Amino acid sequence: MSTVLDETAETVVTSARPAKRPATRSAGVRKGRKPGDWVVLAVAVVLGFFIAVPFLMILINSFKSPADYNSSGPLTLPTSLYFDGIVAFWERVNFPEKFWNSVFISGLVAVFAVVLSMFNAFALGIGRVRGRLWIVVLILLANMLPQEVLLYPLYFMFKEVGLYDNQWAVIIIFTVIQSAFGTYLLASVYSTFPKEMLEAASLDGASRWQILWRVVYPISRPTLSVLLIFFFIWTWNEFLIPLTFLVSNATQTVPVAITVLQGDRLMDVTTTSASALLGLIPTLVFFLIFQRTLTRGITAGAVK
Amino acid sequence: MSIAPAPLEAAKPGGAARAALRPPSSLIPGSSRNAYWLYLVPGLALLTIIVVVPLVWNVYLTFTDYRGIRPPEWIGLDNWIELAGDSVFWTSFANSIAMIVAMVVVPTLLGLLLAAMLFDLIGKKFGARLASFLRATYYLPQILPAVIAAIVIGWILRPQNGALNQVLEAVGLGALQHNWLGSPDTALPSIMVIMVWVQLGYPIVIFMAALQRVDPELYEAAELDGANWYQRFRAITVGIIRPEIFVVTLTCTIAALKVFGPVYALTGGGPGTATIVPAYYAYSEFFQSQQVGYGATIATALTIVIAAVSVAFILVQNRYERQEEER
Repeated sequence: MSTVLDETAETVVTSARPAKRPATRSAGVRKGRKPGDWVVLAVAVVLGFFIAVPFLMILINSFKSPADYNSSGPLTLPTSLYFDGIVAFWERVNFPEKFWNSVFISGLVAVFAVVLSMFNAFALGIGRVRGRLWIVVLILLANMLPQEVLLYPLYFMFKEVGLYDNQWAVIIIFTVIQSAFGTYLLASVYSTFPKEMLEAASLDGASRWQILWRVVYPISRPTLSVLLIFFFIWTWNEFLIPLTFLVSNATQTVPVAITVLQGDRLMDVTTTSASALLGLIPTLVFFLIFQRTLTRGITAGAVK
Repeated sequence: MSIAPAPLEAAKPGGAARAALRPPSSLIPGSSRNAYWLYLVPGLALLTIIVVVPLVWNVYLTFTDYRGIRPPEWIGLDNWIELAGDSVFWTSFANSIAMIVAMVVVPTLLGLLLAAMLFDLIGKKFGARLASFLRATYYLPQILPAVIAAIVIGWILRPQNGALNQVLEAVGLGALQHNWLGSPDTALPSIMVIMVWVQLGYPIVIFMAALQRVDPELYEAAELDGANWYQRFRAITVGIIRPEIFVVTLTCTIAALKVFGPVYALTGGGPGTATIVPAYYAYSEFFQSQQVGYGATIATALTIVIAAVSVAFILVQNRYERQEEER
C-alpha cells in the first residue's frame, strides 16, 4: 500500500529540481528505424500486454454469469451481458455507502494534511527555525515507521476517548502521517523560495500570516495541488489502520469492505471479479481525471 | 531534495563577525526565526499525540506481558529473549528478503532498462505518445489499492476455476496446474511475482521523469563518438539518474520491509508460515493471539531494522557523493 505512496513521493521530489531541458527538442530525429528497434518495441508492447492482462480479465469476467464462466472459462468474451454479479456485490456491501466513506475520509485528510504541511514548511523552510533539520527528521519518522508500531497504543487511546470505530480517528491519524511527507517536501521547496518576493511583501507591511496566504500559498499552489491528489489516493488505498479502526459496516472504506468480503466463501468467481472491478474503477477514474494536473505539477516544478 | 543546511554563521571560524552583521534570520526580513514556532505548534502537537507517544508506549509494551485485558505486567527482557529464539520471527525476516528481491531488486533493474528503452529509443523513434502510453500501462497496477490488486491476482491464481490453471489446460499444459498460493512450495514465489507486477511501474515513471534532465546532445555526441547503446546507457543514463535510483531503492526497501496488505489479502501468511512477514506476524499477535506485548516486540524489532537500513543507505549515499565531488 505504501508503495504507491513512495512512488508519487519521488515524482514530486524530482520536480523540485529544475528540469534542464534544451530549448529545442530534437523531435524530428525519427530517422532510421532499424530492425533492432522494432524488436525492442515488440518486447515493450508484449510486456505491457502482460501487465494489462489481469485488468482485461476482470473486465471480461465481471459481466459473465457463473454458468457462462463454468462452461467457457475465463478467456472468452461473455455470451451475453450479465450484470447480476455487479449488482449483487453492489448491494451486498452497500457500495454507495462505502464509496462515500472513502471519499469523506480521503478528502478531509488531503485538505487537512496539505494545510498542516504548509504551516510546518513555512516555519521550517521560510522561518528557518533553529534545529530545523532535526525537526524534519523527527517528522519524517512518522512516514518511515511500520504502522504496526503505532497500532495498539492508538487503538487504546482512541477507545478511551470514544473515537474507536469512528472515521475521525482515521482522519486524524492519516492527516499526521501524510503531512509528514508533505512537510519534508514543502520545507525543501520553501527553503529556496524567491527572497525578493518575500522582501517586497514585507516592505509593503504584510504580516507573516498575510505573506503566507497572499504570497507563499499562491506561488506554491502547483505543488500543493499535486500533494492534495497524492494524499487523496494514498489515503484511499490505505488498509491496515482502516481495517483495525473501522470495524462496523457503516464506517468501512472501499478496500476494507471488499477485502473483508473475500473471506466469504459463498462468493462465486464472477462476483469476485465484479468486486475487484468496483474496487479499481474509482482510483482509475480519479487518476485519469487528474493525470494532467499531476504531469503539469511535476514538469512545472515547484517554485520558479 | 534535502533541506538546505542552516547557515552556520557563528559556528564557522571567523563567522562571528559576519554573524553580528547578519544575524540568523528567516527569509522574510525583519522577522526573527523564533516567531515562526507558532506555525509548528499544531503539527508538532499532533505528531506527539499520534506518533511519539504511541511509539514510546509501544516500546514500553515490549517489556510487558499484556493480553489486552488485565493491565500490562512487567516482565523485563522476556519478550526479546523469546523473539531471538522464535523461528517464525526469523522465517518472517527471511521472507522479507524475498520481498526485497521482488519489490526492490527486480523492479529497479528492469525499470532502469525499460525507462531507458522507452525514453531513449521508443520515444525518439516511434514518438513520445507511444512511449507515454506504454509508461501508463506499466504504471496501472500502482494506482489501485494493494489489497484490490491482491484480490485480482488471487482470483486468477485460484486452484479451482482460476484463470491461470484454465489457461494452462486450454493450451495443453494441464500437467502444470497447481494450487499456486495454497501450496508451500509456490506460495512465496507467487507473491513475489505479484509484487513485481505491482511495483514495476514506480521506478519506470520516476526514471523517465529524471531522464528529462538529460540533454539530448549528450546522447548525440556519444553516438558520434561511436559509443554503442549499452555504453551510452551506462555512462549517461545511469550517471544522470543516480539520485533517483538511490531514492527508489531506499523507499522501495522500506516498503518491502513494511509490506502487509497483499499478504493479508492473499495468504494470511500461510500455508503454515510460508509467506509470513514481520508486519503480518505482529498484526496476528495483536489481534488473533491477543499477545499484545509480543506483537509490540515484533513491531519494534521491525522498526529497528527499518531505521538501521535507512541510516546505512544514507551513509553510503553520502560517502558516494563526497567521492564524486572529490573526483
